[in-house]
Amino acid sequence: MSQKPLPDHNPLPMKERMKLDRQRMPERPPEERAKCFQEVNLGFGEDLAKQESLRCLSCQKPTCVTACPVSVKVKDFIDLILAGDYLGAAAKIREDNVLPGVTGRVCPQEDQCEGGCTVGKKKEPVGIGYLERFVADWEQRSGVIGLPERAPATGKKVAIIGSGPAGLSCAGDLIQRGHQVRVFEALHDLGGVLAYGIPEFRLPRSIVKQEIENMKKMGVEFETDCVVGRTVTIDELFHDEGYSAVFVATGAGLPQFMKIPGENLNGVYSANEFLTRVNLMRAYRFPEYDEPVYNCKDQDVAVIGGGNTAMDAARVSLRLGAKNVYLIYRRSEKEMPARIEEVHHAKDEGIQILALNNPVAYLGEERVTAVRVQKQELGEPDASGRRRPIPIPGSEYEIPVSVVIIAVGTTANPLVQATTPGLQTNKKNYIVADPETLRTSREGVFAGGDIVTGAATVILAMGAGRKAAASIHDWLTTGVWKPGNGQPAAPLAATAD
Amino acid sequence: MFPIVEARTLAPDIRQLTIFAPRIARRQKPGQFVIVRVHERGERIPLTIAAADPLEGHITIIVQAVGKTTALLNLLRAGDALLDVVGPLGKPSEMENFGTAVVIGGGVGTAIAFPTAKALKQAGNHVIFILGARNKELLLLENEIRAVADELIVMTDDGSYGTKGFVTDALKKLLDEGQKIDHVLAIGPIPMMKAVAGVTRPLMIKTVVSLNSIMVDGTGMCGGCRVGIDGDSQFACVDGPEFDAHQVDFDLLTRRNRAYRELEVSSMADFTDDPMPDIELMRAAGQLGAGDLEPIPARLRSVAR
Repeated sequence: MSQKPLPDHNPLPMKERMKLDRQRMPERPPEERAKCFQEVNLGFGEDLAKQESLRCLSCQKPTCVTACPVSVKVKDFIDLILAGDYLGAAAKIREDNVLPGVTGRVCPQEDQCEGGCTVGKKKEPVGIGYLERFVADWEQRSGVIGLPERAPATGKKVAIIGSGPAGLSCAGDLIQRGHQVRVFEALHDLGGVLAYGIPEFRLPRSIVKQEIENMKKMGVEFETDCVVGRTVTIDELFHDEGYSAVFVATGAGLPQFMKIPGENLNGVYSANEFLTRVNLMRAYRFPEYDEPVYNCKDQDVAVIGGGNTAMDAARVSLRLGAKNVYLIYRRSEKEMPARIEEVHHAKDEGIQILALNNPVAYLGEERVTAVRVQKQELGEPDASGRRRPIPIPGSEYEIPVSVVIIAVGTTANPLVQATTPGLQTNKKNYIVADPETLRTSREGVFAGGDIVTGAATVILAMGAGRKAAASIHDWLTTGVWKPGNGQPAAPLAATAD
Repeated sequence: MFPIVEARTLAPDIRQLTIFAPRIARRQKPGQFVIVRVHERGERIPLTIAAADPLEGHITIIVQAVGKTTALLNLLRAGDALLDVVGPLGKPSEMENFGTAVVIGGGVGTAIAFPTAKALKQAGNHVIFILGARNKELLLLENEIRAVADELIVMTDDGSYGTKGFVTDALKKLLDEGQKIDHVLAIGPIPMMKAVAGVTRPLMIKTVVSLNSIMVDGTGMCGGCRVGIDGDSQFACVDGPEFDAHQVDFDLLTRRNRAYRELEVSSMADFTDDPMPDIELMRAAGQLGAGDLEPIPARLRSVAR
């Protein structure tokens, strides 16, 4: 490796690079941030960013790039950071990723780019996510956005259903290829899960708004307050409004409940409802904003689940003034699907994690007053690969709480499927799409993101959006509804799960 | 933005707003609703579509002032605009020729029942409309209903018009007289719908009610509107809003609709004390085409206390 010529901007020999330690992300102190909605991670300054960039080995075959669902040119942008060309670095990311300010904050980098980093085999991997965020923020502060070039107009119109990460990413790629793109959003605000689901302290709304403004500047049109499947159907988009292709990116928004007694008591929320009230509707600023939410001040709150959404809900309730926040998870902490960084942040702030506990009932007359919990032990691994929780008989006990937030997952939103004849779905009502081309069973209709795969991450949805854009472009330019790579033309597999 | 093209008072605290919303008007069917957000800091509330004109692109909603948002809606005039109107949401009413259909409208629920009654008539049913209100002043759409229904029975709680008594009294009387009833649609206050279900359940007459649970998005995403149906939970926004009355847990609905009562009362009191913040917001966003809002009636102030 050391025989290869070194790139221009990194002055250090390989051995020296490997000696450097990973730079820590500056954070708002836990006691301060637990009381406010301001961002927890403060971001790298120029010095930290350069220092961290020096650790990159400039691999000939950068495994960080292949580990990224949208193939961000990591090595190239880090090289530009070392050269001091931060705007150039941001533009380099934008070639593959229209939302660098978002992904730099909410990607599970440890499993993706950083998971593929060669440095990570011996030491901690290069802080690629931190660096991505640094250049995105630098670009935003500068006001000079390196928007990609647009190809000459093709005159073709594409409708994108849903303004979440999959829809935005697809729109960004299609507009660059010269197509006319309109994104339809059911809510009054854009961003999908980025607007209603992820709290301000992890992803400031100003970042999402700015990225969407950039897309508007590139020519993407947006229509809010339009529920495709109700306000307008896919058939109408094709026949009455002249669209040549539709990308369904509606997400997996339907909240799941556990069907245990007391779930409909007042004070028992789905995580979606709780987070929507607070993030999207700003209920934490009631009465300045009109949407109400239960006052958590000095209350005891239980959050059920162990994913990122559960962490978000727990940390939001803490910021609303909760006295005790219990995160109740049925397996052990090791099996938690949430990002390690988020679990640490939550614990530092004072969230009390009750692992190996499962709620069996909620108690109360009108409003919930307690949750009855049963202790669990771990058995053999189940279909998910994680060890199965087994209830311990006679171990039930009660925890007094006045707010409960259920974050045990979501399922497919049914509205588009219900009003699009011939659109094939699987038995859980997710849309069936060819994994290579994201074509559905309806000509001209593509689907991707959570509505195909079930709930996943922002970056995987963005990867699906890019894949859909390439496939839609192919369809618009060739007009051939051809089979996917090595896939039979029809029929598509009956189930995707 | 969604401009208001007409606004008029139907009864004390009850206003009819006609809104330009062409996409919604084109697809609306009886039984469906919209979600409205008045201004930038407003909440999202569901309101049933009372009528639609697909050619003009108009929808009509009928709003009773019961809290801050509905009170604010009631002050708007033609030329003003709502920030967000989304729909049509929910499943349309089940529509077929059942035979004889009794449609019961209580209070402002009448406005919701009326379009379905019209559709039931068009589907070939013999429609008997039982119209109920607290008093004569609060009676809605009497002439419109008279023009559509085969029979109209008016009931007022205080006897100031029609027959004194409840809508259930009229329903029982029809049944006592041997009237054959194949289908009942009842829309109004929860106790009224519950009472109607109680009358028809022993006779196994198919009865449909429209549930007004608390909602945020209206697309199935938040799960806040869950209602108890036959021992199970369903979402009023995507599985409803109409349900089989004999399977509905009305007590649960009452309880869940009370969830934010204290906050709602304080919000309403703040608004009647000083509506300026809301007026300023709407003015800044260019939503007040007709100048400032209507002055707040003194009666509304008393509601808030």
